[in-house]
Amino acid sequence: MSRNNGNSKNPLHGLWALTNRDLKKWYKNPIILMLGIIQPIIWMSLLGKAMNLGGMFTNFSPTLPPSIPLPLQEQIKAAMSDLSKQAMTQIFGTADYFSYMAVGMMSFVVMFTAMFSGMSMVFDRRLGFLNKVLSTPVARGSILMAKILSAVIRALVQATIVLGIAYVIGPLSVGPNFTVLNLLGVYAALFLISMGLSSIFILIAIRSTRQETQMAVVNLLNLPLMFASNALFPASLMPEWLQTITKINPVTYATDATRQLILHTVDMHQLAIDFLFLGAFAVVFSTIGIVLSWRYLSK
Amino acid sequence: MNGDAIVVEGLTKVFNKNLVAVDHVNFTVKGGEIFGFLGPNGAGKTTTINMLITILRPTEGSAVVCNHDITKDANGVRDCIGVVPQEYTADEDLTGIENVMLCADLYGIPRDESKKRAEELLKLVELTKFKDKQVATYSGGMRRRLELACGLINRPHVFFLDEPTLGLDVQTRAATWNYIKLLKKEFGMTIFMTTHYLEEADMLCDRVAIIDHGKIIVTGAPNDLKESLGGDIMTLSIQDGKEDISDLIKKVPKVKEVKRQDGAYRIKVVDGEETAPTIIDAVRAEGHKVTRLSLTKPTLDEVYLEYTGRSIREEEESKEGFATQRMAMRKARGARAMGGHP
Repeated sequence: MSRNNGNSKNPLHGLWALTNRDLKKWYKNPIILMLGIIQPIIWMSLLGKAMNLGGMFTNFSPTLPPSIPLPLQEQIKAAMSDLSKQAMTQIFGTADYFSYMAVGMMSFVVMFTAMFSGMSMVFDRRLGFLNKVLSTPVARGSILMAKILSAVIRALVQATIVLGIAYVIGPLSVGPNFTVLNLLGVYAALFLISMGLSSIFILIAIRSTRQETQMAVVNLLNLPLMFASNALFPASLMPEWLQTITKINPVTYATDATRQLILHTVDMHQLAIDFLFLGAFAVVFSTIGIVLSWRYLSK
Repeated sequence: MNGDAIVVEGLTKVFNKNLVAVDHVNFTVKGGEIFGFLGPNGAGKTTTINMLITILRPTEGSAVVCNHDITKDANGVRDCIGVVPQEYTADEDLTGIENVMLCADLYGIPRDESKKRAEELLKLVELTKFKDKQVATYSGGMRRRLELACGLINRPHVFFLDEPTLGLDVQTRAATWNYIKLLKKEFGMTIFMTTHYLEEADMLCDRVAIIDHGKIIVTGAPNDLKESLGGDIMTLSIQDGKEDISDLIKKVPKVKEVKRQDGAYRIKVVDGEETAPTIIDAVRAEGHKVTRLSLTKPTLDEVYLEYTGRSIREEEESKEGFATQRMAMRKARGARAMGGHP
């Protein structure tokens, strides 16, 4: 039997095959996909609609002292309503809390997908699949990159669905200068954060054979990552110590970038800072992942 | 393949600094032969195979597989070997052909070539009809055959099989043996396999190494090993066996050796059928009553017993239960992994 395994081997061979395997497992199980989407929908429709922060002022009809003449009362009410809109716009960047948090939900779904990406690593090790892959000449880095890549693709697809649903539930107050180019920027930001986050969680799973440990880590980190960021509420209203945490939380930067690109007029300076942070975050952690995979994938 | 396919020198694996799983093992596998690692559960068979297929780093020693060093040139080794692990590692959510193609991609085999090979291999293992079915629907035997197809996709020089018939029924086991023999005959492939089934080692292997507690006890062709025992094995027990009558038995002609084990006598004897009555007569003449007698032609189990003082069959029993339990556990885990798939 002659051997011909294609000597002109691409160093990245097997990367797409492994990525595609994880993706197939995902889209062949529509239940998992649906469950992943339902959670952000619940958040958006319950929290996003219930917390009608803008309405707090517009639906507010104060009883003013009768000594004030009626026309003046009308003027005061109109002024207050206007002031409240200004306050919302200044603090949230949009007069509508639903739009504000719907965009935050895109970061939310990306974050969750990344957090659970380590889980499939644990299962591959437990079921012996990883051992089989390790006995083939596929690059160790590719094994890790495939996990990261599949998590990123899944995250982006889910974020797209969330955005679509937000548009349908709506109304989504899209910024005045919104173009297709902005949408590409949104994907770039979400790509970077999901790459960095899934690298971290896959790294945690790299030697593990216990899904319990993974679950514990996910449970421990999901609330701080979520609430110590601007995903649901503006950081500017938080106490100073919490603001410090939001400044190192990558979710803040991803959410800020997507919000600027979808809802606001873009502040180029701030957007550049967001992308710089997210880029560094993604590069640093995926590099650490690839370097450590050489050392720690096999025992 | 000419020359030595595998050369192992002083290979050692120590886990957690004190558990010696494989202890300075030396052996050579010639090109084109079927070499078997025979030993009970926990003897170090899988640990050895995992080092040879480069997924476990040796603590000490070296091994060369098809002229590539397992530590210095791991990718060279990986390129020329095929592996069928003990577990079913095929992805249950994918179809048979998708699994084989995935393996092909891991070796970087070009698409047009790999498609051809995948079809050929699925035909070889008689899975063509089921290739588009999800592996979750496969039976144990079908899965094992699929593993064979996956392991052969890169046309390996050396094929590693870890317990290839573990947990299979008699028919499927016989079929698997036929595939293994076919690989040797048709393609001259070198095959390294581990097993704890004596008849499997006896039937398939050109040479076996008996391993126990991480050490190779003896290496040789099954027939040579059996013949080295020097005859048939007779086991004899007497009533009130406190007195040692070994010397008495030794005096009988054609008796080569007598060992007293757990109150019974293990007697090596030439022409067992004819000598046995003579032995009984001699024992009776001294006033002892024979309570139990058995005569066996030498098997690999006898060889194992000869060198370790234990029988591999007894240990096999407990392993069988262990394997069934593990299989059930894996199924349960798999179901959870897929979000409650039945």
